[in-house]
Amino acid sequence: MEGPLSVVLRMSHPTEMMISVLVGIGFGFVLERAGFGRADRLTANFYGRDFRVLRVMFTAIVTAMLGLYVLDLLGILPLSSIGILDTYLLPHFVGGLLLGVGFIVGGYCPGTSVVAAVSGKIDAVLFMLGIAFGSAVFTLGYDTIAPLANAGARGRVLLHDFFHVSSGTMVFAVSLFAVGAFWAVGRIERLVRARVSARALVRQHLEASEAPDAAGLAGEGSLP
Amino acid sequence: MKENRPLWNPYAAGIALGLVLLASFVLTGRGLGASGTFKHVEAAAIHAVDPTWAEENQNIGSFFSNPQRSSMNEWIVWLTIGSAVGGAMAAFTGKRFKVETVRGPRARIENRWILAVVGGAISGFAAQLARGCTSGQALTGGAQLSLGSWVFMFSVFGGAYGMAWFVRRQWI
Repeated sequence: MEGPLSVVLRMSHPTEMMISVLVGIGFGFVLERAGFGRADRLTANFYGRDFRVLRVMFTAIVTAMLGLYVLDLLGILPLSSIGILDTYLLPHFVGGLLLGVGFIVGGYCPGTSVVAAVSGKIDAVLFMLGIAFGSAVFTLGYDTIAPLANAGARGRVLLHDFFHVSSGTMVFAVSLFAVGAFWAVGRIERLVRARVSARALVRQHLEASEAPDAAGLAGEGSLP
Repeated sequence: MKENRPLWNPYAAGIALGLVLLASFVLTGRGLGASGTFKHVEAAAIHAVDPTWAEENQNIGSFFSNPQRSSMNEWIVWLTIGSAVGGAMAAFTGKRFKVETVRGPRARIENRWILAVVGGAISGFAAQLARGCTSGQALTGGAQLSLGSWVFMFSVFGGAYGMAWFVRRQWI
């Protein structure tokens, strides 16, 4: 076999759509089990309290990357046979910043909002309505936005082309980067959690004593 | 008291997610995604109001080029239907289905509702600009090692961390 199964087996449109449903079921199931069906758990990533989002995301990227590049090497699934995403530098940069803002303001990203909505979360249903609205605004204003949306079009650029290294080196570097990130966020998490529990202890102390010098204790930041 | 099934270890969940993504590449040559479905939904709504405008629009016109097939009969729409089914299966079997509004201990429920819509709208616009969201761009393109997808992913983290302080009362 050389290429995706749908191409090799010349699947019909309905068959391919059925496969997409099955892949989607796996996707939704894993997202929920990863804990991505709640906004508070997702946003905890951005307050340094729980880096679940980063851990799941980077592990998934490294897993799929290793699989993709091994299958390419073996000639089973050449990278040229799958839909590689093109690079549009400015839209990817600005769109990324905005999506990050939307994430922390609204509590979800598009995929996780679907999983949260079917988990009964009202805020996720509202977020989904917002996505459809924002997407429609883009479409209705496309004539104005088009220059920005197409700025910095570079076509197909892979990281190893950009850095002028071999694909093997890049795969190794990305894996190493992920492991480094896991180590770093573990440390940050411990620091933040220690601070949060220390602050909670101070608050408990204040409520328990209600003494006039309690304010001084908090002001000095002295901890029990 | 009912017992919630515990979440997966994040690294185990990540490997599972990576394998789903890899399976998608092997089966159909496409990755994962979500925001594309919302684009198809709003495009269909616009088309219902003004078919000519929609068909001539540079952004969504191609959705209506095949008169034999509905614009909603697309792989990304089916994938999202699957995601909803899979998510519901996991939520019910994990005993985590609950109708509620998720918010931080200090957040007012009305503010959460408003900001959920606002955040969604920003994300919907952003995903069109970036040609994908966290799944369709960061995850899919990240695994392919596409340069733009990595720029996008770092920007998402940058945008969220940069904005986090301003909306902290919603979450912590």
